[in-house]
Amino acid sequence: MTRRILMMVIMAVFLPSSAFSAQKITEYMLENGLQLVVIEDHRTPAVSQTLWYRVGGSDGPPGKSGLAHYVEHLMFKGTKKFGPDVFSRTVEELGGTDNAFTSVDYTAYIQRIAANHLEKIMELEADRMTGLLLSEEDIETERLVVLEERNTRTDTDPGALLNEQMNAALYLNHPYSLPIIGWRHEIENLSRDDIFSFYDLHYAPNNAILIIAGDVEPEEAYRLAKKHYGVIPKEENLVSRARPEEPPHIAPRRLILEDVRVANPYVLRRYLAPVRDPNNQREAASLELLAAILAGDGVNSYLKQKLETEQRIALYTDANYSSTALDNRSFSLVILPSDPRKMKEAEEALDLAISEFIEGEIDVEQLKRIKRSLRAAWIYEQDSVQEVAQRIGRELIVGLTLEDIAAWPDILQSITPEEIQQAAKMIFQDKNSVTGWAVKGEAES
Amino acid sequence: MIKKFFAAFLLLLGSPSLVQGVEIQEIMSPGGINAWLVEDHTIPFTALEIEFAGGASLEDTDKYGSAYFLTGMFEEGAGDLDAAEFQRQQQELAAEFSFDANRENISVSVRFLTEYKDESLELLKLALEKPRFDEDRLEFVRKQIQAIISRSEKDLGDIAFNNLNRLTYGDHPFGRPIEGTQESVQGITGEDLELFRQKAVTRGGVIVAAAGDITSSELGELLDNLLGGLALKEHLSVSEPEFLLKEGTTLIDFPSPQSTVVFRQEGILRNDPDFLTAYVLNEILGSYSYSSRLREEVREKRGLTYGIGSYLGAYSNSGFMGGQFSTDNNSVAEAIEVVKSEWARFATEGVTEEELNRVKTYLMGAYPLRFDGNGRIASILAGMQSDRFPASYVKNRNDMVAALTVEDINRVARRLLNPDKLHFVVVGQPVGLN
Repeated sequence: MTRRILMMVIMAVFLPSSAFSAQKITEYMLENGLQLVVIEDHRTPAVSQTLWYRVGGSDGPPGKSGLAHYVEHLMFKGTKKFGPDVFSRTVEELGGTDNAFTSVDYTAYIQRIAANHLEKIMELEADRMTGLLLSEEDIETERLVVLEERNTRTDTDPGALLNEQMNAALYLNHPYSLPIIGWRHEIENLSRDDIFSFYDLHYAPNNAILIIAGDVEPEEAYRLAKKHYGVIPKEENLVSRARPEEPPHIAPRRLILEDVRVANPYVLRRYLAPVRDPNNQREAASLELLAAILAGDGVNSYLKQKLETEQRIALYTDANYSSTALDNRSFSLVILPSDPRKMKEAEEALDLAISEFIEGEIDVEQLKRIKRSLRAAWIYEQDSVQEVAQRIGRELIVGLTLEDIAAWPDILQSITPEEIQQAAKMIFQDKNSVTGWAVKGEAES
Repeated sequence: MIKKFFAAFLLLLGSPSLVQGVEIQEIMSPGGINAWLVEDHTIPFTALEIEFAGGASLEDTDKYGSAYFLTGMFEEGAGDLDAAEFQRQQQELAAEFSFDANRENISVSVRFLTEYKDESLELLKLALEKPRFDEDRLEFVRKQIQAIISRSEKDLGDIAFNNLNRLTYGDHPFGRPIEGTQESVQGITGEDLELFRQKAVTRGGVIVAAAGDITSSELGELLDNLLGGLALKEHLSVSEPEFLLKEGTTLIDFPSPQSTVVFRQEGILRNDPDFLTAYVLNEILGSYSYSSRLREEVREKRGLTYGIGSYLGAYSNSGFMGGQFSTDNNSVAEAIEVVKSEWARFATEGVTEEELNRVKTYLMGAYPLRFDGNGRIASILAGMQSDRFPASYVKNRNDMVAALTVEDINRVARRLLNPDKLHFVVVGQPVGLN
């Protein structure tokens, strides 16, 4: 394999205004299209491997929701080369741990192990990129496990059910409307053909990013990656990930979830929101700071101060924004009224507070404070190379570059009050929103 | 809370290590406060763990939930600073304080930047010594706690554990939910909380662990300043509970497509010479983090659950062994039968040499990897002290695991595992359960 080093060593990029960084990052590209990122941290004699595939819950064929997640479960069953149940057992025998996770945009597999066992886990992970072996029994038993997972995570939790309904209503056309775990009736019908046509296409070196983090030398990781992953041929049939786009939203949507298990009724408002784009992260950075001003500054947060302390209409408020995704995601507001009978009043108070915020002035002292604590959060984050590696993986896998990632902290620090106000005006538009009420229902007999 | 308790506990036995490069210093401050420290100046911050002895066990019988309530008030203003000003200063310093109420202690996890060490610790000292209990904040936190209690009354797992704890320990502090009840929380005043603070936040029996960018002399000075003003009360140990749980099944009807099942029998104490053996035994039988027998039988072979695990629980004077899983209402009876029969099979047949060797290499390999970062190290060091382990344990632990034999495991299995003592609490609408 010829080697092509795209970029060497970005140092101390995660801490603007500070010369300090515990980690050093090196990036390589294999000839078959596999991107390798090595994050060095020699404090503990451990290393982690995470393989990120550019395929997630929103990338399956229509009518097959839950396919990416189901495949993730089945990836632990066995391979042609090593036989059944070898992966996790081998990792365990070497004193390591392993796991996997599926999001709307990606599927990732992670192991953490003593540094001297790195090659073994790279051999195993590379092997299951193309060598998956599944018996009928594997497929059927694991389907039951996934259905139980859906029960545990979603169907027994009214908050998760409301969330699922909200997403289905927010996206009119984009597959972010689908639950990652899948709708029950579709999980029940996923077939062996569905599984293997998905796996054969998407599990390929040119559709993946490999991150090795911890007590490792970059050249050694590169050598091992070429040896084990470099021999896997590139998938020629991969197509662009362009998903169906949203039409203009012209009507706000509302829904009410009644469930006997709701203990404290609340209102959840969700707006369609832009995300970080390569070379254009300012709007997303403004939204991130907006969420922090509204609810991320303790009792001094705008919404908490106003609705919890001053008006006492809320027992809890929150604002959440996910800045890192492939396509437009969402900005959410939550209000839990102190009097459960006053849902309407609480929602109106929330709307009024937001409109006053848009017309008012940003507290510059507060903004400074929030920026300082963001800077501190980067210092604290360095304590765990795992956390750093996972964040960088989540950023790379949606198309951001290491340069974009390195620039992000400085961009956050440079955002002006005007940009935040601008972002608030842009985001809080009724027609782009879904409002959900979770209320106490009657018990079903 | 109980889950947290187990997590902390596992950190200890399943974790500290080798520990290449991790050198534990046992220090005593000039003022006489003991602490364990691992110095690492790579990153300019320090993680600090403090555990005040007693916790919810010190609550008056009509004031259940005082410890939980108190920890909720520590960041709601102190001294001359109201809640808004306190939190403003904390955010300015980017200091993180996390207070936790447990049945046998109140713990504080702290992270502070080297740059703002003194200011951060002054603020924490103020919170520990002079919390304000302003009426409006008190009422607000009270309502939040009551909402949390309402929520746990509708949560399958919380319902199951609260019932199991009550069946196990009755009215003893270990049998009560840490949050208290709607009524008990309603009756707690600011004066009650201040009196409780004087009892529960003292230097008597305090445990301290630190890791990060700080020297031993800096730590000693810091601790004298931070804790020196607290009362030095002798810590009285918690009264020994009676283990009330008997064999059986308790069914709690709750509308749900799936049932949550928790189970338990009496166990052994942490200072029992068999404890490490029992810990390794449990890894094979039901550990969450390992391809255990319960996982193989209930999840991998039968697809009855997304997750199943068992664990050893140990308070300072009472131990138990238990587990949990969730499964479709139609398969509750089958899954319970599998658990019972695995319990019995382990007690009668024991383990094979191969099984034991496999779990040993796993446990011994994983141990050093736990000492990963200042936060993790400080938390492990606090856990070890709370379990009264010597600092040398981290060096000897893998040798002790290596020395265990099949006969050791099987002897402890016969002593510990008794399917006829297992009690199952089922929350949901199971079908065909007797």
